[in-house]
Amino acid sequence: MQRFANPGRFVRLANVILPWTTGGAIVAIALGLYLGLADSPPDYQQGQSVRIMYVHVPAAWMALFVYVSIAIASAVALIWRHPLADVAARAASPVGAAFAFLTLVTGSLWGAKMWGTWWVWDARLTSMLVLFFLYLGHMALLNAFEDQSRGYRAAAILALVGVVNIPIIKFSVEWWSTLHQPASVLRLGGPTIDAAMLWPLLAMALGFKLYFISLLLLRMKSELLAARLRALGLAQMGMS
Amino acid sequence: MSAFLGLILRDLRLALRQRADAVLTVLFFALTAMLFPFAVGPETNLLQRLAPGVVWVTALLAVLLSLERLFLADLEDGSLDLLALGTLPLELVVLAKIVAHWLTTGLPLIFATPVIALLYGLPADDIVRLIAAMCLGTPSLSLIGAIGASLTLGARRGGVLIPLLVLPLYVPTLIFGVAASEAVTAEIAVRPQLLFLGAIFLVMLLVAPLAGAAALRQALE
Repeated sequence: MQRFANPGRFVRLANVILPWTTGGAIVAIALGLYLGLADSPPDYQQGQSVRIMYVHVPAAWMALFVYVSIAIASAVALIWRHPLADVAARAASPVGAAFAFLTLVTGSLWGAKMWGTWWVWDARLTSMLVLFFLYLGHMALLNAFEDQSRGYRAAAILALVGVVNIPIIKFSVEWWSTLHQPASVLRLGGPTIDAAMLWPLLAMALGFKLYFISLLLLRMKSELLAARLRALGLAQMGMS
Repeated sequence: MSAFLGLILRDLRLALRQRADAVLTVLFFALTAMLFPFAVGPETNLLQRLAPGVVWVTALLAVLLSLERLFLADLEDGSLDLLALGTLPLELVVLAKIVAHWLTTGLPLIFATPVIALLYGLPADDIVRLIAAMCLGTPSLSLIGAIGASLTLGARRGGVLIPLLVLPLYVPTLIFGVAASEAVTAEIAVRPQLLFLGAIFLVMLLVAPLAGAAALRQALE
């Protein structure tokens, strides 16, 4: 891990990985969309509108995954002072916020059709909304200080404090009898969802994950390049 | 121990000299709570149903207002640097300031609650439950608020940033606090809600000093 603390080495590694993850993301999402929209059966109760699931569920999984990644990166940054962990947390935060927003919007559209309401204050929706605001707070805190390293540290602490929300989101459908349906895939006893629907779901989930990795590496590269530019600018002004 | 108590007493003495701050917090609480009957109409049933929620939300907002001052005065006059260098661990310094904050904010709010509840026509039993829930809940508000205050110390627009950081973390306390207060009308058991409030308090009692001290350390660098 310390090997890749060198930004130059990291950028070279990222350049090697990026084409594969980007290509893989395109292939996986295309496959998932084809299987999900064209090849999978409509639900016996919901009809064709169940197909929102193929975007809603992977987006929700990604929102949680990205937050846990940010929490891990924050812990690494605080404990080992790994320089790229801060950059990774900063790069990942808006992407996670976008996934959380996508989850809320697609869920709202799905709920308007299925439940007859655009929003309901049940445990899972409320905790996902709290997660979205945690992301926004994280992004705000990163940019709130003149000294950027203070922003990194403060945001890292906030990310770790907020990680308690993740188990609440995951288990909210089991702890409270809520309108949102309980887990059908990631549960003890294995998935209860039919294979014809499971495969497109997993393909989309893989595609989203590869897309996130591509986006994260791109954003980290641009973060590092921006830091280089700032340093060069200061050197040019004779202030290095 | 004496250093811990000494710090609490120092903060209380400072707060006593600037009585206006604590009084303003209670006044804000009372005034905003009194706005709702004008907004929703004076119908007693509606007000009784609204009362626990309104009391909790306005108490939350009143605590939120007082948070920015928690560490700022000490940072500005250099006392925070001295406290960080002193013998008392920074975690206990944060805890002492939180205790003083609750004594000057949460406790006055708890005393003001029966008055507001009477204005809303809440029955006596419900007022007792409301006060019990607030006694368990307001310390958590001070604890969680201290995390937000310490993280944003010295930030640009810190006062606006604190609500964004702290309100998502306040939501569980709010949910269980209101559930405990209106348990009878909602026909759910009171005890589990109070136990949850206690659990949140105990967890925050551990997390807040640790997170707050970490945040203060990098604010003082």
